[in-house]
Amino acid sequence: MNTLHAEWIKLRSLRSTWYTVASLFVFGLGITGLSMSGAGTEYWGGTDADRAAWDPTSQSLKTFIVAQLIVGVLGILVVTSEFATGLMQTTLAATPRRNRLLAAKAIVATAVAAVAGQVLMFAAFFIGQALLAGQDVPYARLGDPGVLRAVVGGGLYLSAIALLAVGLGAILRATAGALATLVGIVFLVPALAGLFPDWMQGIFNFWPTLGAAAIFGTVPDENFPHPWLNLGGLWLGVAAVLTAAFVVFRRRDI
Amino acid sequence: MTTIEVRGLTKRYGSDVVVDDLSFSVEPGQVTGFLGPNGAGKSTTMKMIIGLAAPTRGTVTVGGRRYQDLPVPLTEVGALLDASAVHGARTAYDHLLALAVSNGLPRRRVDEVLVRTGLEGVAGKRAGGFSLGMRQRLGIAATLLGDPDVLIFDEPVNGLDPEGIRWIRDFMRSLAAEGRAVLVSSHLMSEMAQTADHLVVIGRGRLIADMGMAELMHANGEGTVLVRTGEPDSFAQHLTTAGATVRDGLEGALVVSGLSGAEIGKLAAYHGVALSELTPQRASLEDAFMALTRESVEYQGAAI
Repeated sequence: MNTLHAEWIKLRSLRSTWYTVASLFVFGLGITGLSMSGAGTEYWGGTDADRAAWDPTSQSLKTFIVAQLIVGVLGILVVTSEFATGLMQTTLAATPRRNRLLAAKAIVATAVAAVAGQVLMFAAFFIGQALLAGQDVPYARLGDPGVLRAVVGGGLYLSAIALLAVGLGAILRATAGALATLVGIVFLVPALAGLFPDWMQGIFNFWPTLGAAAIFGTVPDENFPHPWLNLGGLWLGVAAVLTAAFVVFRRRDI
Repeated sequence: MTTIEVRGLTKRYGSDVVVDDLSFSVEPGQVTGFLGPNGAGKSTTMKMIIGLAAPTRGTVTVGGRRYQDLPVPLTEVGALLDASAVHGARTAYDHLLALAVSNGLPRRRVDEVLVRTGLEGVAGKRAGGFSLGMRQRLGIAATLLGDPDVLIFDEPVNGLDPEGIRWIRDFMRSLAAEGRAVLVSSHLMSEMAQTADHLVVIGRGRLIADMGMAELMHANGEGTVLVRTGEPDSFAQHLTTAGATVRDGLEGALVVSGLSGAEIGKLAAYHGVALSELTPQRASLEDAFMALTRESVEYQGAAI
């Protein structure tokens, strides 16, 4: 508990933490506002098939694409800022039990990402739906089928990315390396997914921005009939990365 | 009382042996100087003492336990290995508070160590704006949070101005006077001469000397005696006959080794030679250090 409390003090005493959280909302909601204000034209200009697949919830939560990068930065910095400044030596002298320390860092970063990410998802949903309603196109309510699942699942998705980022930070120890890896995972691999061999497509069912993002949809998708499974797979993958992070963090000299 | 016990400590990085079968103890109530040229393995040894680096072989214990097994480490050991190891954007107070909380220490300890290190006025300032001297003080404040019996400082006076050096020196003396075990590394013998009671000297990772400061002077500063007399040439003859080695010093003085001052005095009286000066010379600690580590300096500069 002491370790957890200390990590919370460290996180909250840095302005960069709050700048990161602020930018999560500024960019997250800014993108929602911009994309939703033009969504009406898209709806009326589309075909009947497009309109049948119209998913106002998913549309309003699309901002997760940018939000995942920002919570990722938060998770990475919790670990790499200590390596960059050398503070890790002081921290480990005070808390030599390294598993406990990394666990505390993971919990604190993920908790902040979970709260901020969840608030962002609800805010994006409500703002997005209000903008759609104003354009006289079909919009969703929280009580509609699958909507609450998408919004809450969105918060869990962002938490998973923050936890992944903590793991990457501990493995790579450098901010730039960890961030580049995270961008590769959430942006580059999805962009190039079609080029990869068939056997990898199974993994992509649980990959961030790809299969795991099925959680944001409310219109049934035949490829992903059980979105919770896709999100669960993402969490399992994150757990594997984190396990590797614990192993190397324990063994390496600082 | 708590001591640090280093036994057969060895650290290899690939084929490089950085610390080689090192054994020594750090006793309470005194300042132990940990001395060696740059690259001798001092910092690596200190990292192994506090569990930041894992020994390839050997053990190191604090009060009989491995550092990793100390339940509340800050109450037993305070270590400052790198004063710049703070997050520049965090205030001094928050930096110390997080450390105190991580060991379950009360918040008032933060205020107390800030006062003891003279930082109470800048507690709310971000550490990034601190001068090197203030960072050193902040680092020292952190080591004192748990009121530990053992203190470890790696090159604490490097880069400090004379006032800062004096402050740290006095501070370490006072910590030892309180009965704590203080281990301080340095590559400067002159610095250690001012602070340490006991010396552990290493070179290329190996133990070269482990002895009291006085003992070291005696063992390595081969004593010479400066002699002045009106008739240096004839007295030099007598000295040589008596088994001494005589060199010419400045302004007609004789530098005598192999005989003590008392023996030279008796010899002069026996021959009826009037001496105007008879001064035992202490070899400088710097000389003693150079003599000890000559073989183990990483890169020796050629004589100019």
